[in-house]
This record gives sequence, structure tokens and C-alpha cells, in this order.
Amino acid sequence: MNSDRIFGLVGLVTALAYIASATQIQTSFLADPVGPKAFPIIIGTVAAISCLVLMFRPDPDPEWPDARTWGGLALAVVVLVAYAYALKPLGFLLPTMVASGILSYQISPNARASALAGVSLSIGLFVLFKFALGLSLVGLPRFLQG
Amino acid sequence: MEIFANLATGFGIALSPFTLMLAIVGCFLGTIIGALPGLGPSNGVAILIPITFTVGLDATSALVLMTAVYYGAMYGGRISSILLNIPGDEPALMTTLDGYPMAKAGRAGDALVLSGVASFVGAFLATIGLMLLAPMLARVAFLFGPAEYFALYLLAFCTLGGMASNNQAKSAIAACIGLAIAMIGVDNSSGMPRLTGGNMHLMDGVDFLVAIVGLFAIAEVFFFIESHGKGSAIGVILDKVTIPWADIKDTKWTMLRSSGIGFVAGILPGAGASLGSFLAYMSEKSIAGEKGGFGTGVAKGIAAPEAGNNAAAGGALVPMLTLGVPGSGTTAVLLALLMTLNITPGPTLFTERPEVVWGLIASLLIANVVLLLMNVPMVKIFVRVLQVPSWILLPGVTMISFVGIYSLSGSYFDLLLMVGFGVLGYILRKLDIPTVPVILGILLGGNMENALRRAMVLSDGEMSYLFSTPISIGLWIAAIAGFVAPMFLRNVLRKPQAITD
Repeated sequence: MNSDRIFGLVGLVTALAYIASATQIQTSFLADPVGPKAFPIIIGTVAAISCLVLMFRPDPDPEWPDARTWGGLALAVVVLVAYAYALKPLGFLLPTMVASGILSYQISPNARASALAGVSLSIGLFVLFKFALGLSLVGLPRFLQG
Repeated sequence: MEIFANLATGFGIALSPFTLMLAIVGCFLGTIIGALPGLGPSNGVAILIPITFTVGLDATSALVLMTAVYYGAMYGGRISSILLNIPGDEPALMTTLDGYPMAKAGRAGDALVLSGVASFVGAFLATIGLMLLAPMLARVAFLFGPAEYFALYLLAFCTLGGMASNNQAKSAIAACIGLAIAMIGVDNSSGMPRLTGGNMHLMDGVDFLVAIVGLFAIAEVFFFIESHGKGSAIGVILDKVTIPWADIKDTKWTMLRSSGIGFVAGILPGAGASLGSFLAYMSEKSIAGEKGGFGTGVAKGIAAPEAGNNAAAGGALVPMLTLGVPGSGTTAVLLALLMTLNITPGPTLFTERPEVVWGLIASLLIANVVLLLMNVPMVKIFVRVLQVPSWILLPGVTMISFVGIYSLSGSYFDLLLMVGFGVLGYILRKLDIPTVPVILGILLGGNMENALRRAMVLSDGEMSYLFSTPISIGLWIAAIAGFVAPMFLRNVLRKPQAITD
């Protein structure tokens, strides 16, 4: 019950903010009868109404994970975000090794298997992408390339 | 006969050694993707699109490869449904109802072969149907003006929302999320940036591939972390695989009927494969009656949903190719593929680029035959794939997604967006909010707004123009009915829940 209410409230606020920013869209001199504002405002309105319906007629709650699993999920997001930032400056091999190792450990907590998964995935995928498919990937960071 | 001439052109393109090889590779990859738990047609095709694009295949080759993967994944999905009781994607759910009990009763091999044959029949008949129907619909589609297109897009969102969710408000929210994201970026007709929040990276808008890969593939990783990869061990033994001729003979009428039902369900914009397999299973169940023993592992219970599902997959290509409106999650992904390749689906596709359409149809027929030949004798190899542990599979999928998106744009911003969509996908699926309308919204939002604005330019701002032709009135009525009717039919057409051990 509460999950849907909270989601509805968040959605409602987002929809109203969306409508508010849609009214700020600059129109140009090449005006058509509808203009660039109307459609976003319609969408925002439909979304706001649907969110209100959801708040007043919520479904039963889903089964949410426990606190420890939430921690694990948050860690996974942090790892993925860090991976996104690291991919360019540090090359493919090292960040992939670390990131896939951590993800693997989170799915099945076995340190040796995860280390193996990390190393083999990073090398295997690098060979596949670089040499079999010809994508331009940088393997190692510049300072290690000598 | 015009069809045969066209088909000959198509086969001329699709039968070259290179494309034939692509079709075989695609079928093989697709079956593996479909068989892997956690990967299905939608996310499997989604993570491969950026890579296909970067490798630099031409449009026809890329299309042949990806449709082969798509059909292959539909075939492969049944393997995990039958052996693990885990449907690879939503339409495969119905196959678990009789497939898993049959496998538990020691007839896993029979179930796999029978479902393979049923898939073949469904997909084959649907491809024939597509060949006959699509050119006719393309001719009708020429009558569509902007007002009709606007109503058609609305119809797609309404029926998809009606079928995909148990709560209309939730599917409406999902569609709005997608449409709202589609509005971000530079406005087509005025050239002004909209809703970017001043962020330079958002000026080009949000790439739909980023959204698709995030919602379908990255979200899956979070689900596996939550469940710690449990429930993906094979509980049934697969002995010798023989061809159960008697069962195939028994179910021939079931397959034919289900193919017809599935095809029609697939054509309805927005309804798609889930509805096809559901209606096929339910109608066969009521034809067989109480004595049919549906749900206990009978041959007809496997043949019906598989034929229906695959026929619907073919049927869903009809509105996708002729009108540019996809009928299901996977066809939405295929539409994304076409748009990436700079092919605009619609009635003009049939007259301006017949080689694409007929090459596609011919490669579907080829893929189908290849898949049947591959799936019956080689089913044991694909079953072995199921034993890939999830702690190596899911990190691998994540890394492939990252590389694919990264090689498209080379910007870390798209990767961050992708992770964001992954989180969104996790939350939405937890709350039972369908993600397919989000994708559809992002894909079609721009076109939908353009249709509305062009219609208003034509009528000089007169709203009644939207309801001025019989076609558009019909589409509006269908849209409203498609959105409202499931509310009342919900008690009649209750989705059967997956059986648990």
C-alpha cells in the first residue's frame, strides 16, 4: 500500500515540476498552433492524474529486500557508476576486472570464483571485442603502456 | 504473381553466402540468449544492437542478423521455461504451465522437441501471413494522415497499457515516463532546447538504446543480486531426445488454431505476443474441457502457447513494418534497431525500399528452417548453456552492455544514464509497473508529438480535426475501449500464475 502511495507522491511532484519547466520552454518566431509547450504539458497532466489515482487506490506492497540486500544493491550502483567514470581514463582491462569481480561476488559470495570471473571476463571480453569484432577499445591506462 | 516476384528478390538478397552465415550465427546466438535465464528476446537483442552498429554491418546484413537473433531467442526461451520453470520473457510464461510438469514427468526431451515443432509451425504460418497482409495494410496506411497517426499512437499506448499491467494507472504512468523523456532535447520544429535543465549532454535527447539496455539488461543484474542467483539450477534430467511423432500428430489442429489466434493477437498494435500465447492456451484449454488435463503436462498445453507465441511474434511485425507501431516489447526493440539503421518503417518502406522488407521476410523464413534443424538435434548443446552460472553470466552481460553503449558515443554520461535507467527499471518492476510502455514512449514520443502538431497546422488549430475521418474515429474508439475494457474483463481474463514446486 505505502510503496504505491510514496511512488505516487514522488511521481506527482515530478510531474508538476515537469509541467512547471515545460511552461518555461522558449517559443520561437516559427510558431505552429500547438507549439513546443503543449505536448509536454499534456503528458505531465496525464502523469499527475495517474499518480493521484495510484495514491488513492494503491496495490498491495511488493516484497522489498531486507536492509542487507539494499546495501548490496546500493554498492552495485556505486560500482557501476565508478566503472562508468573509470572506463575512459583507466582503459578496459583493470576497471572491468574489478567491477565484474565485485558484481560476481554479490551474486554468489565465493571469493575465488569471483576473482576468476573478474579476470577471465575482462580478458575474454577484451579479446572478443578488440580482435574478433574490431571495436576500438583501450586496454590499459596510458601510464602503463610504456 | 507479385508476391513470388518479391519473394524471389528477397531470397536473392538473403541467400548470399555471407547473409546466410549471418542468419545461422544469429540463430545460434539467439537460441543461447533465449535459453539463458535472465536473458530473453528483448534484452538479448537490446545489448547486441549497439555492438552490431559499431561493427559496421550494412543495413540488410544487420537486419538479417538481428531478426535471426530475435527468432532464435523466441525459440530458446522455451528451453528455460520447460527445464527450469523460469520463463525467459513474459509470453513464455504460458509454456511453463504444461512444459515444466511434462519435463518433471521424465519427458523433457519430448517437451522440447514438441515445443520446437510448434514454434516452427507458428512462426512459419505467421511469416506467410505477414507476406500476404503487410503489403495490403501498407496500401491502407497511405490513407493515414497526421490525425490518424496520432490516434494510432494513442491506441498503441492504450492497448499495451491495458494488456501489460494489472493496473491502468501504472501503465499510464509508464507511458508518460517514456513520453516525457522523449521530449528532452532540441525541439524539431522550433529548434529550441527543451527540458534539458541546461545540461549540454541532454541537448541531443536521450538515446533510446541507452534506455532499453538500462531498463532491460542492467535492471536484470539488480534482480540477480537481490535473489543471489537462486533458482537457476536444473531440476529435471534430460535423457535421450527422440521425436514424439504421435504427439505432433495429435496436436496438429491445436497448432494450426493457435497460430491463427496468435497471429491476429500479434497484429493488434500494443497487444503482442503475451496476449497471443495467453489466448491460444486458454482457447485450447476450453476446447479440450475438463478431461483435457491442461496444467498437468499434456502435449496440447505445450503446443498451443508456443505456436501462439511465435505466430504473434510474426504478427507483431505487421504493424511494426507498415505503420511503425510495434506490438510488443521485442518488436519495440526491433523498431529501435531499424531506427538505428536509419530505416523508417511505414507504408513508404514497401515501395521505396522493397529490398529491405522482402529481404527481411526471406531471412525470417530461412531463420525459421535453420532454427528447426538446429533445435531438434542440437537441443542438448543448448541445454548445457543453462549450466552457465549466473555469477559469471550477469557480470558478463553488464560489461557487454557497458562496452556497447560506450562504443556508440564514447561518453561516460550515457553510461551513467544507463545505470540510472537500470535503477529505474528495478524500482518499476518491483512496483509492478510495466517497462515496455516506457520504451515505447521514448521511441514514439517524438513522432506522436509531430503528428499532433502537423495535424494542428493542417486544421489551423481546430481540435475537431483529430476526429474528422472514419479511420481516426475508429482508432479513437478502439483506443478508449482498449484502455477501459481490461478493467472489466480483469476478473474473466485473469492471468494464470506460474506454478511453484
